[in-house]
Amino acid sequence: MSSLLLIPLLPLLGFAINGLSFPKLSKQYAGIIGTIPPLVAFGLSIQLFLNFDGQTQVYQLAEWIKIADLSIPFSFQIDQLSIMMLLVITGVGTLIHIYSMGYMSHDEGYGKFFAFLNLFIFFMLILVLGANFTVLFIGWEGVGLCSYLLIGFWNKKASYGNAARKAFIMNRIGDLGFLVGIFLLIQEFGTSNYLEIFSSIKAGAGSNNLGLIACCLFIGAMGKSAQLPLYTWLPDAMAGPTPVSALIHAATMVTAGIYMVIRANVIFEMSPEVLHFIGWIGLATALLGAVIGLFQNDIKKVLAYSTVSQLGYMFMGLGASAYSASFFHVMTHAFFKALLFLGAGSVIHAMSDEQDIRKMGGLKSKMPITYITFLMGTIAIAGIPPFAGFFSKDEILAHLYHHDFTMWCLAIIGSALTSFYMFRVFILTFFGDFRGTDKQASHLHESPISMTFPLIILAIFSAAGGLINLPEFAGGHEFLAHWLAPILPTSEGLGEISFLSLEMGAPLIAAFMPAFLAMYIFGIRKIVPSSDEEISGIQKVVYNKFYIDELYDVVFVKPIAMMSVFFHQIIDFLVIDLFVEGIGRIVKYSSSEFRKAQTGNVGFYLFMIVLSISVILFFSLKNWIL
Amino acid sequence: MQSIPEIIRTIPLMHYILLSSALFCIGILGVLTRRNAIIVFMAIELMLNAVNLLLAAFSSYYSDPAGQIFVFFIMAVAAAEVAVGLAIIVMIYRNIQSIDIGVLNKIKN
Repeated sequence: MSSLLLIPLLPLLGFAINGLSFPKLSKQYAGIIGTIPPLVAFGLSIQLFLNFDGQTQVYQLAEWIKIADLSIPFSFQIDQLSIMMLLVITGVGTLIHIYSMGYMSHDEGYGKFFAFLNLFIFFMLILVLGANFTVLFIGWEGVGLCSYLLIGFWNKKASYGNAARKAFIMNRIGDLGFLVGIFLLIQEFGTSNYLEIFSSIKAGAGSNNLGLIACCLFIGAMGKSAQLPLYTWLPDAMAGPTPVSALIHAATMVTAGIYMVIRANVIFEMSPEVLHFIGWIGLATALLGAVIGLFQNDIKKVLAYSTVSQLGYMFMGLGASAYSASFFHVMTHAFFKALLFLGAGSVIHAMSDEQDIRKMGGLKSKMPITYITFLMGTIAIAGIPPFAGFFSKDEILAHLYHHDFTMWCLAIIGSALTSFYMFRVFILTFFGDFRGTDKQASHLHESPISMTFPLIILAIFSAAGGLINLPEFAGGHEFLAHWLAPILPTSEGLGEISFLSLEMGAPLIAAFMPAFLAMYIFGIRKIVPSSDEEISGIQKVVYNKFYIDELYDVVFVKPIAMMSVFFHQIIDFLVIDLFVEGIGRIVKYSSSEFRKAQTGNVGFYLFMIVLSISVILFFSLKNWIL
Repeated sequence: MQSIPEIIRTIPLMHYILLSSALFCIGILGVLTRRNAIIVFMAIELMLNAVNLLLAAFSSYYSDPAGQIFVFFIMAVAAAEVAVGLAIIVMIYRNIQSIDIGVLNKIKN
């Protein structure tokens, strides 16, 4: 119990120390104070994992909201799902803290950065530990806040601030749906505790509204996990420092939506239409993200769209009720995407903050560790066996095959696109000739040990992460699926998948062929993507992300901006100011007139006093006299 | 031996009213017409005492001590007022060697 409390409290403590003592604390201490809490929390999580006896436990910390019959406690729940999330968050979080010590070493906001990172870890832990939707919502909003703070970390540049606001506002739209979903749940069941809600649903209660509730909850997940149509904030979120992109916008926060859907699988199972909808949204997002990723030239943008696309895969899996497969992908994705982002960060660091892959090339010999680890991440995300991404993505695909053949076909195409754009980035970055300036070339260096160490660890996990849920045909025992089984619907079960069947063969082709194609185009023929002005035709449309940002701008942002201008110029200036300032002017004018009566002649004053008293007396005694 | 209220009641109420009205009017006239600040001050005192007289008379006639309590308050306030007022007048005299209220408009500038 006490060690459970420590897990979220330690990062909060780290936040408090670093936040209050910034900027007086020296960098060296700030980094250590920032890194120790997640590390200790990781140790405690492992201890929790090893001592877990399979029974869901709820610890009530305090009575929180108590109104009439409604009682919402502040309580934590320990079960299979939350323990796995704890491990991922604190584990990947620790590595990224270590990495940040190297990556941010030249930044003046060093201590502040660690304070924000710790605060993020704290809220993320609250999110996964909460035993009811209300506590989850605290974490949900908290991580949104930290995301905002960290995207806009370098807030001296206006466009970064805009990106932060965009992320925050888009998340608000999703959160509104989520909040309505929570209200509906409380209205329907009189509580927001997971266990009570799920057991009463299993007993057959409240089946009328569940579809609506599931829909509202999913809208929340759409915002947080960057699904169509609320995904455009995630690529812009790359304005933040790279460790932030790795931790928040790839490994943990964006998977909160998937966590929530898995957590509420009982609700979603009761509304198959919503699940179907989730599947298609996931598919559309996965394809859109992959297609846009094909032509991006900013290394972080490619990874961002790849994240959007992979999140789409996870939702596809959820749509096919393959919860454990989706969660498997959440975990492996956390490893290899964090790895890729950190690798990209290492490259950007070496390239003196250059992010354009057209200006890179030939970094293989200069940065051997980054090269090897990035390669492993690329192989993992492309789905090439036996790396982690192969097993997790394939499990989703296999479920899709049994669920809906059309979705499966499209998902295979998306998978092929993923493989292509990832190898494109990889080859353009590390092979060929160096295309940057001489100044950048002279500065090229391998990153310090604090940055390469997390890369190596994550590379090992990206390679071997598949082991945690190794399917039976490969000699594994599906550990993760069995582990999660108690909290998932029992109907899940795939039966035997033979290694050479269609559903296993096609993903392999989809993983290998585009990789070779990319190697041929960018490695052997050495084609470098053309500069921005030369792009034309359909490629330009894709390069500009299908102009979806511009579309949103015209449809939503511009009208609201125009309304703001209208209210500012017309309502505020002409109506409210006229009224308020008018009163002021009247008072000012009349007082300047009345001031003339103040002559300084005492006799006159006395006369006025007597006259006034007479008038008052006359009026107050009028009825009596007349 | 008659008590004081009884003695007061030996004179008809109307006499008191007329007397205090006359005193009050004299006070008003004094305030409005005289230019010597001390005289104006005395006129104000006259008005206050006209009211006091009336209050005491009514208090006796209606057997209500509230009126007499008011009188005490008014006396106390008047004493304080006189203390402040006279101090001001002394200061004015020191500055302009005059206590003519007509000259006081000089203070304005």
